Amino acid sequence: MIMNNTSETQEQHGVPTHAIDPSVIHKHNTSLKDEEICLEVNKFNFYYGSNQALKDINLKIPKQRVTAFIGPSGCGKSTLLRCFNRMNDLIDGVRVEGQMTLHGEDIFDKSVNVSDLRRRIGMVFQKPNPFPKSIYENVAYGLRIQGIKNRHVLDEAVENSLKHAALWDEVKDRLEDNAMGLSGGQQQRLVIARAIAIEPEVLLLDEPASALDPISTLKIEELIYQLKTDYTIVIVTHNMQQAARVSDYTAYMYLGELIEFNDTADLFTNPKEKMTEDYITGRMG
Amino acid sequence: MITKDIKAWFDSGTPYIWLNAGAVTVSVLMVLGLIFFIAYKGLSHFWPGDIAQFQLTEADGSIITIIGEMVEHETVSRTRLPDFDSRIPPGEELINRTLIKMGNRDYLGLDFRWVMDLAVGDIDYPEELMAVERHEWGNLYGYLVAVKQNGEVIESGSGASWDLFQQQVQANHEVHDQIKEIEKDIIGDINYQMERLRLRQRALGREGNNNSEELQEITIQQQSLEAEYEEYSSQLGVLYEELNQYSFVTRISDGREVELPLSQVVRAYRPNAMNLAQDLVHYMGKLWEFVSDEPREANTEGGIYPAIFGTVIMVLIMSIMVTPFGVVAAVYLHEYAKQGALVRIIRIAVNNLAGVPSVVYGVFGLGFFVYFIGGNIDELLFSESLPSPTFGTPGLLWASLTLAILTVPVVIVSTEEGLSRVPRAIREGSLALGATKAETLFRTVLPMTASAMMTGLILAIARAAGEVAPLMLVGVVKLAPSLPLDGNFPYVHFERKFMHLGFHIYDVGFQSPNVEAARPLVYATALLLVLIIIILNLAAIQIRNKLREKYRASEQH
Repeated sequence: MIMNNTSETQEQHGVPTHAIDPSVIHKHNTSLKDEEICLEVNKFNFYYGSNQALKDINLKIPKQRVTAFIGPSGCGKSTLLRCFNRMNDLIDGVRVEGQMTLHGEDIFDKSVNVSDLRRRIGMVFQKPNPFPKSIYENVAYGLRIQGIKNRHVLDEAVENSLKHAALWDEVKDRLEDNAMGLSGGQQQRLVIARAIAIEPEVLLLDEPASALDPISTLKIEELIYQLKTDYTIVIVTHNMQQAARVSDYTAYMYLGELIEFNDTADLFTNPKEKMTEDYITGRMG
Repeated sequence: MITKDIKAWFDSGTPYIWLNAGAVTVSVLMVLGLIFFIAYKGLSHFWPGDIAQFQLTEADGSIITIIGEMVEHETVSRTRLPDFDSRIPPGEELINRTLIKMGNRDYLGLDFRWVMDLAVGDIDYPEELMAVERHEWGNLYGYLVAVKQNGEVIESGSGASWDLFQQQVQANHEVHDQIKEIEKDIIGDINYQMERLRLRQRALGREGNNNSEELQEITIQQQSLEAEYEEYSSQLGVLYEELNQYSFVTRISDGREVELPLSQVVRAYRPNAMNLAQDLVHYMGKLWEFVSDEPREANTEGGIYPAIFGTVIMVLIMSIMVTPFGVVAAVYLHEYAKQGALVRIIRIAVNNLAGVPSVVYGVFGLGFFVYFIGGNIDELLFSESLPSPTFGTPGLLWASLTLAILTVPVVIVSTEEGLSRVPRAIREGSLALGATKAETLFRTVLPMTASAMMTGLILAIARAAGEVAPLMLVGVVKLAPSLPLDGNFPYVHFERKFMHLGFHIYDVGFQSPNVEAARPLVYATALLLVLIIIILNLAAIQIRNKLREKYRASEQH
């Protein structure tokens, strides 16, 4: 994998150009117009009490692609992500305006069953959060919630999910061991396996690699790349290289506003907004 | 220079470490000291003490023979003794005296007596001296003279008759056991069924159908039970006759020869002739009797099994009641209730409840559980036995419930603490997988809180097992005729009164007519109570550690 050393090249040229080495950027050949849209956000505002966290967001997230949200801390990228599966409902005193749809269905409609919605939109958090149960039970958790008791079905789902999450070979002999005994990187892959075991349509990743070492980070990134074929992935990251490496589309956010959204290659090589350019070249953020 | 050194020493923190270590040491020493003290005082009571025989010069100059066990020595100031006592040489300020357990309360009036060591002649320990534990009147000390059957001497002389005497005591025990079985189990059963029939009859009579078939059926059953009763009581008569045909003659300390029925004997032994191994066997036997037998003689002799049983079963019922109740309350307070002023006030109230004097709970239990709830249950379900109450009187259930209320704050507080220790990330992880709040609670949060619940239960048990004051109002008695658990349907009798170790200590120690005899039992009972609390706690701690191992939370991250 390419570990870029842009700071060196910058100094050699003497001119601070783009902080991202163009060769890192993952390329794909379609533009947003040709994509099937999975999630759509229309004039979306979000308030914590009287504090507005998201301002008039308009965004279309394509199906079976990786979309990255980047931006400085507190820009609202995690808040936006947590709106997709309504995790923000758990916080007292929040309010939403505007619309957010999954395949055309309003996510915030009163008739929506939140549990069903979360089954369709899975989520992986910043810190690995396995349950203090066996590895097997962690992966089977979502299925058991759905009332599946058949041991064969569960066995198969656990094996497939763990294989999908590239963890199977490491844990297949100790599925009954407590998941808390795994390393941080393994735990995070276990959590991903747990999320994909219930076959969601969308997978939300909230800085999934920020608490991990470089090797584990690499594995997670490879995993994201593979999962793209089956799932629509939305990832929040602090790490611009990571966004460049794994995503097809990138959204840059700043202070609750969506500044720019584009094809990842275009956004990094040819940002249209001055603010985006400042951020990705390291002048701000 | 020195002040500087002292200042440096203080700054280094060493004195505080010493202070802390000292405090811990003192606490440990106090706890261990207490346990060893009651263990020594309580356990030494069962050791077969040698029986001494000596001449005592009384204050008026007369000389009497005393036979008995030396129980305690002490040195007292002369001023505590009667000042006209001529035996004390002038100028002697401190007097040694000894407490003698003389037994034979029915013949001598006193069974304990302090004697001054300087009035005691040569002390002798004759091997033929025997101690007889009796069902009534406490111990008998003396020489065996003869064994009689139906009033005629069948063996005399201390050597030969001793063997026969022991044999006969054994034989009597077997007869005694048979009698007990018939009286307690079989006749007890018959009485129980008779009582039920009587109640059924009364209920039918109240309903107004006086010549129904059921009533006739009842009469037939009653007759058959009565016939059965007659049969067993004639059997009892035979057994009692067999039991009462033997008697034995003893020469006691004042030279009198007294005759006693052999059925009075619980156990007879000659401590002066026993070697260490025999002593040990005797000791173990006495200890076993203490924990497995029923009390005799206003609780000053025999065992305390019913009290152990009552204590344990009460604590178990209390645990079964308090845990779900406290956990449900804590879950509501912590998970569902809208956090605000009201919840804060409730929380403060719960914490304060833990500090209310326990006797207040006793009064509450008596008023609310016994009279209100119990009285209503009686009217609804047991009206046929009124006016004699079934549940409307203190009993096991009400005592357990009262203690459950007493300890519920502890369970609530520790469960709430456990709930707040479950990381937010775990809850979110579960919700993000499509689990509802309730599913998250039951599948993830509550299992992770289990060890905290057990901690609450441990504290609850520790408090409940040692509580006495409220129990005196809601169900504990000095002597319960039957255990709350037996072979009669419904097996656990929640309405029965029961015995309790804590109350037993109070009763034996302070309400007993024979203080000296009761004192060692107070220590032994206290030791047993402490042991039972420790055992119950260890069991709960064991369960908690297992749970903690199983649900090790993600605290390492």
